[in-house]
Amino acid sequence: MGRFVIRRLIGMVVVMFAVSVLTFLIFNVIPNGAPEDRMAGRNSTPVQIAAIREEWGFDKPLYTQYLTTMKKVLDGDLISYANQTNVIEEIKRGLPRTLALAIGAALIWFSLGVALGLYTAIRAGRWTDTLVTVLALIGVSMPVFWLGALATYYLGFKAGIFPNGGYSEIGEAGLWEWVKHMILPWCVLATLFIGVYSRVLRSNVLDTINDDYVRTARAKGLTERRVMIHHVLRNSLIPIVTLWGLDFGAVLSGGAILTESVFDLQGVGQYFADSIDQLDVPPVLAVTLFGAFFIVLLNTLVDIVYAALDPRIRLS
Amino acid sequence: MTSHAELLLDVRNLNVSFATEEGIVQAVDEVSFKLHAGEVLAVVGESGSGKSVTAMTLMGLTRSPNARFAGSAKLRDLDLVHASNAELRAVRAEEIAMIFQDPMTSLNPVHRIGRQIVEQIEAHRDVSDGEARDQVVALLERVGIPRARERFDSYPHEFSGGMRQRVMIAMALSCDPAVLIADEPTTALDVTIQAQILEVLKELRARTNAGVILVTHDLGVVADIADRIAVMYAGRIVEEGSTDEVFYNPQHPYTWGLLGSITRVDRPRPARLPSIPGLPPSLIRTPQGCHFRPRCPHAHDACLAKPELAARLPGETGHEDRCVLSPERKRALRETDGQIGLVAGGVTE
Repeated sequence: MGRFVIRRLIGMVVVMFAVSVLTFLIFNVIPNGAPEDRMAGRNSTPVQIAAIREEWGFDKPLYTQYLTTMKKVLDGDLISYANQTNVIEEIKRGLPRTLALAIGAALIWFSLGVALGLYTAIRAGRWTDTLVTVLALIGVSMPVFWLGALATYYLGFKAGIFPNGGYSEIGEAGLWEWVKHMILPWCVLATLFIGVYSRVLRSNVLDTINDDYVRTARAKGLTERRVMIHHVLRNSLIPIVTLWGLDFGAVLSGGAILTESVFDLQGVGQYFADSIDQLDVPPVLAVTLFGAFFIVLLNTLVDIVYAALDPRIRLS
Repeated sequence: MTSHAELLLDVRNLNVSFATEEGIVQAVDEVSFKLHAGEVLAVVGESGSGKSVTAMTLMGLTRSPNARFAGSAKLRDLDLVHASNAELRAVRAEEIAMIFQDPMTSLNPVHRIGRQIVEQIEAHRDVSDGEARDQVVALLERVGIPRARERFDSYPHEFSGGMRQRVMIAMALSCDPAVLIADEPTTALDVTIQAQILEVLKELRARTNAGVILVTHDLGVVADIADRIAVMYAGRIVEEGSTDEVFYNPQHPYTWGLLGSITRVDRPRPARLPSIPGLPPSLIRTPQGCHFRPRCPHAHDACLAKPELAARLPGETGHEDRCVLSPERKRALRETDGQIGLVAGGVTE
């Protein structure tokens, strides 16, 4: 276990190094990538541009630029090219919003996905199963930006039940305001996953229910409820929990960009999208590293949890 | 021998059929038998003869929307075929328990083996965790698991097949059931392990007064341990009697074909291993009359009518079979079919 975690940590450093180099290179080869042109403004002279190049170090070799940038990332004083704000501070400001969105949505999609999956598996072949299947398919097929726009328009703007997007700090307007601002983003982001999870769990349960040990459990004289939860669901959930960890990591590290933008939550994802829009390398690089960190972290956690859930798995 | 023992199980005209896409599968067809306390009844037959379905039906494990049942199977006063799910749940493990064929897949891989047995005890008895644990450790020791207290916390994948089957046996015994069904308990195991498991079963047989139904296709197992034998073919019992009666005086051509197909070291070696020609019939379209008719070298017109299971031998009232030939004729034919097994009579479908 200890060796497993150390190996994963080393792997994390390697992954983050590779990701940072790639991101850095991409933004240096794409057309119109030179930051000094944009920083100097429309009516700039070659002299001004040269001055900016020297001031920001853009005249140095690429590897020197990379090293100084990475040093700034580690020191926490990375400055955006576009608006000269501190990138790390911006990410710190956006992180609670992104976490709130991701955690809330993940809890909703896991619990509803499992509940619907179990229900449809038990009712397999009946009309309720078919109905939920169709709904799941619709849920999977609806794009987040479209569903989000509809939700804010009808439930927010028209009906006035929910606020028209934006984020509310718990410390400023209270818990209830915060929840009211988060409900729509949570549900919209969770919709896609609920559809996927209920389908995956349904097929897992239907596979497990025919396993020999479930027959043994029935032969023991256990109640049907105990057979379903303790034997069928317990085994069917293992792959779902794995999937959940990976999806949660993916949502944290970029999967919520559209949801954050549609509801104007000003989280890390929206910051990322805006920065790409302005070809602003420092925030893009920092958020990419941040995302890679969460993906590797969640992968490691998933492996540890997986070994805890299935005693046949050994970490090595 | 067992006539004074308590009658535990009385199965009468049990019919089990399943609706499938190809048609109705008549898996169990008018099966009747009795099981007394302390008795071992072996149910013998090829794959697909309905022996496992019969066993699982007694546990209520064949219930499904596609299954149809008729007849009765009385465990003392409770008809297992028509009992409610709650009634069944109460007698499962407590009154009637089952050991399954494949110990590799019959235990839940994610729970500790000790807990899996404790779970069963706690479902039926009002005991504390500690008491249940002590009981399980004692049971595991009884079925021959060394260092049982330590192995209580092992997971199934840490056990070999033979050890897992011992766990299954311990589980089946944990609530002292009156009836124990062992469905091919040694089929999935190595030959040496098979012998060990049979030893465990024999020892338990001597110690408890449970009635045992041993489902098997292995006649070697049967000779060793069974008091009575029921031979099943295509969903029906074709012959039933004491082990000696069936082994030494088989009345149904299928039984003597089955016995003839055992290789014996005390007889001259035949050029080919004897076998019964043809295949068991599909249970969707079973032959008219006697189910064995298409494969039987002695089939004739009378076999087109359904033969009843009846005692046909004077003096052997407990020995019943489903063959209409006269006992004298059977003896003569058995001699000519003799020690080389059945010879194809040319009647095949």
